[in-house]
Amino acid sequence: MEGSLLEPTLYVVKGMAILDNDGHRVLAKYYDKNIFPTAKEQKAFEKNLFNKTHRASAEIIMLDGLTCVYRSNVDLFFYVMGSSHENELILMTALNCLFDSVSAILRKNVEKRALFENLDIVMLAMDEICDGGIIMEADFNAVVQRVALRTDDIPLGEQTVAQVLQSAKEQLKWSLLK
Amino acid sequence: MAFKRDKKEEEDGGGNPFENIEKTSVLQEARAFNDTSVNPRKCTHILTKVLYLLNQGEILGTTEATEVFFAMTKLFQSKDVVLRRMVYLGIRELSSIAEDVIIVTSSLTKDMTGNEALYRAAAIRALCSITDVTMLQAIERYMKQAIVDKNPAVSSAALVSSLHLAKTAGELVKRWVNEAQEAFSSDNVMVQYHALGLMYHIRKTDRLAVIKLVSRLTKQGLKSPFAVCLLIRIACRLLEDDDSAPGTDSTLLSFIESCLRHKTELVIYEAAHAMVNLRRTTARELAPAVSVLQLFCSTSKPPLRFAAVRTLNQVAMSHPSAVTACNLDLENLITDSNRSIATLAITTLLKTGAESSVDRLMKQIASFVSEISDEFKIVVVQAIRALCTKFPRKHSVLMNFLSAMLRDEGGLDYKASIADTIITIIESNPEAKETGLAHLCEFIEDCEHTSLAVRILHLLGREGPKTKQPSRYIRFIYNRVILENAAVRGAAVAAMAQFGAQCPDLLENVQVLLARCQMDSDDEVRDRATYYYTILALSKRNLYNSYITESLQVSIPALEKSLHQYTLNASDTPFDMKSVPLAAVEPLVLENAPQKGAPEGTLLSTPAAPQRLGVSKEESALELLSNIPEFAPLLPQLGPIFRTSEPVELTESETEYVVRCIKHCFARHLLLQFDCLNTLSDQLLENVRVSLEPAEGYRILRELPIPKLPYNETCSAFCLLEFPEELTASTGTFGATLAYMVKDCDPATGLPDSDDGYDDTYMVEDVEVNLADQVQRVWKGNWAAAWEEAANLCELEDTYALTSMRSLQEASTNIVQFLGLQPADRSERVQEGKSSHTLYLAGVFRGGHDVLVRAKLALADGVTMQLTVRASNPDVAELVTSAVG
Repeated sequence: MEGSLLEPTLYVVKGMAILDNDGHRVLAKYYDKNIFPTAKEQKAFEKNLFNKTHRASAEIIMLDGLTCVYRSNVDLFFYVMGSSHENELILMTALNCLFDSVSAILRKNVEKRALFENLDIVMLAMDEICDGGIIMEADFNAVVQRVALRTDDIPLGEQTVAQVLQSAKEQLKWSLLK
Repeated sequence: MAFKRDKKEEEDGGGNPFENIEKTSVLQEARAFNDTSVNPRKCTHILTKVLYLLNQGEILGTTEATEVFFAMTKLFQSKDVVLRRMVYLGIRELSSIAEDVIIVTSSLTKDMTGNEALYRAAAIRALCSITDVTMLQAIERYMKQAIVDKNPAVSSAALVSSLHLAKTAGELVKRWVNEAQEAFSSDNVMVQYHALGLMYHIRKTDRLAVIKLVSRLTKQGLKSPFAVCLLIRIACRLLEDDDSAPGTDSTLLSFIESCLRHKTELVIYEAAHAMVNLRRTTARELAPAVSVLQLFCSTSKPPLRFAAVRTLNQVAMSHPSAVTACNLDLENLITDSNRSIATLAITTLLKTGAESSVDRLMKQIASFVSEISDEFKIVVVQAIRALCTKFPRKHSVLMNFLSAMLRDEGGLDYKASIADTIITIIESNPEAKETGLAHLCEFIEDCEHTSLAVRILHLLGREGPKTKQPSRYIRFIYNRVILENAAVRGAAVAAMAQFGAQCPDLLENVQVLLARCQMDSDDEVRDRATYYYTILALSKRNLYNSYITESLQVSIPALEKSLHQYTLNASDTPFDMKSVPLAAVEPLVLENAPQKGAPEGTLLSTPAAPQRLGVSKEESALELLSNIPEFAPLLPQLGPIFRTSEPVELTESETEYVVRCIKHCFARHLLLQFDCLNTLSDQLLENVRVSLEPAEGYRILRELPIPKLPYNETCSAFCLLEFPEELTASTGTFGATLAYMVKDCDPATGLPDSDDGYDDTYMVEDVEVNLADQVQRVWKGNWAAAWEEAANLCELEDTYALTSMRSLQEASTNIVQFLGLQPADRSERVQEGKSSHTLYLAGVFRGGHDVLVRAKLALADGVTMQLTVRASNPDVAELVTSAVG
């Protein structure tokens, strides 16, 4: 059992990824230079990961010596990877933060098209959640607050009736499709 | 919306507006950054594209990156928040590729100290990614301020960046420990966590400081669950380091235990995991951790269930009894929809469960084994292997299961682990042999891994001829010759020859098949077939033994070296096989030893330990000796090193001088190598030698002292002796004393205080030369045939009463060790419950005399042994029999 005691370090997350429903990378970051140093290896791993996870909603899998926790919504898959000995719940916290932040940024409209429309903000959010493998923030409210939402996204009270109706329609549509 | 103009692209890319962008066009667009009036929306979009490309793995050249980087610096004039944030991100992404990135230092420093909180945190992180040690000093003041900033985002950013910087500028970051300490008392949980991480990193080399830190914090109670987890890990690290004071131990342990009652699951699991993995945890201390994990087994969150079962699986390896309480909960998990959880639950149950539940569990696992990943399949296979040794009677169920797994899809590692397991079962359980071989035969019919097929064919060749119906294997083997690649065909030919040599009634058929193989398209296969065909055609049993059933006994690298040497100096004399040193057979591996390396079931995918190079102890010793100028000219006279024994400690390891003895045995000489270590820092030893009082008949030919032995260095002294003419006198004990001249010296410089020293001696333990030092183990594939062949050699027989032995296994292990011979046919393993056992041993005595020993053991009030020795030299036989007495 030697070696399975965890090194006391802040470097906990080995990687984060958002993939689409074909297993292609939307955004991905790897924080440990020793695992998957090249883009080719990373993509191979992502493909493998996607094949293993897109059907079963098991939420956790061990792959290539990494513990991967994941969540999916409509056509997006969110992953957080850590070492095989890492506390799974810490990784889960990071994953939930990632998912909830993206969800808040996209106004619960978590799907690929919406994500690409707000890609810049999602990039900033991922960066706020994890810096070089250290979890920066685990509370999605704080993350959303820090990434500075677009100024033209008018708060609910100031939206016109048409806008509210539009967003309500969208939300209803996706909740039915789920 | 922002990307309306990409409408067309969107349609092409199926909802991905970034699908079709190209590096060159984006770099072209990036020139827009240089426009006098910045259009934030447009620039943000372009910058997003650049970052997206980088994220997709596109590689920018240094000039390209530098160009974009400099264009990006122009965007600092914009007031748009999102754009500015993207610029910071861009700076960090490009900082490792572009040149002259420190150009933005002043802009970033301005933002970092400005009023806009949203810029400050990001600016700190960007600044720390472009700065180097020299520049860092200039911004140190700002960093210190930022660490203790009231805004949590700023403080966290500064702390985390400091930790990143500590890799390159450790000394400088160490000075920030007071600020980190202050930040630690922040109300924000993340700031607390990051501050603890930095504080620990700064102090981690100073054990006392860490102990102080931990003992203070364990009392204080932390708000952040992450910080508590980190603290648990630090506490564990302290507990694992051996020399901690007993007082701190108990407080640390009770701290970890108290965390089992923490309010967040995150911390509870971390504590339970820590308890399980601590080496010193006893079964009693484990109980609360196990009951916590038991609770987690029934939660609705898959990751928590997974974590719990995985940890229980680890517990099951060291304390199976502790887990039995959870069996019911684990039973519920074997149908879990997450296959990983189900697999872990089943393998845990297999480790703790009773024999009666094996059938049921195997059926359950068979239902989904095809759905799980290879890594888990290997876990299952390992669990089955452990089961087989635990419940030998269940072998038929397990074997069927394994063969079904063999037929499934899977990688080489997975298949090899199954084959290994089957081979272990075959070796440990004679009843399972026939079925096991049959399954392996079936497997090679459809095996795409050459290395595995070759191994199995070799095994068939070794074990097949000894079964009741050897003929049934021939068909399987010959099929390989027809269908496979050259490497497998070669192995198949060799395997068939084994049958021909050992089963007379099959000889004719084998010859026909071998004759056909002589037509093969591959050279190696043809050569082998011709070789075996010719030998078998001579029908002389002794030739079969020495050229077919027995493998080459010399070490292959040494043979290669000798042959190379031989071809360099062309001579008429034929090459002499005897001049090549024999290969040492690897020492016996006891049954429980293999688990030591990679802990099974922990799912480490660390690569297997690198294979030991084919260099034996003897060869490395030879290389060492030939580098010593005094010995190099002697070596040709001495011949090759016959055997190098394991080092023997002549002193306790804690004494002033540590001496180890390694015995190198040549055909007629014995070279003793004394590795001496001086552990006194205020002494310099000179002219260090070990003076020996050799046993009768030995002659000291040469001594080589150590001229100088400074503090904390290991040097070797040598002593060359000649063996006595009389073989029976060659075992004996030499009195030994370390003799040297002491010079007092300065501990700091190691230079002697004066030139005067005084002679002194130091008693060390006696050096023993026994039989095992003079024989080399040899592995006989067919011991019985070799024994028969040796019937006309000199034979001696004697009976002994080994009163001190309690069991046959103990006796057998001791005899093997004492005689230094290699057991054949796995006869070193005594079947349990038997009252008699026969041990078959083989080896070569120095000078190339073969020795075969048969030891019949009987258990009766101690162990009685009848020892029969057959040797090519009568004196050797006498030596062996007298050595035991």
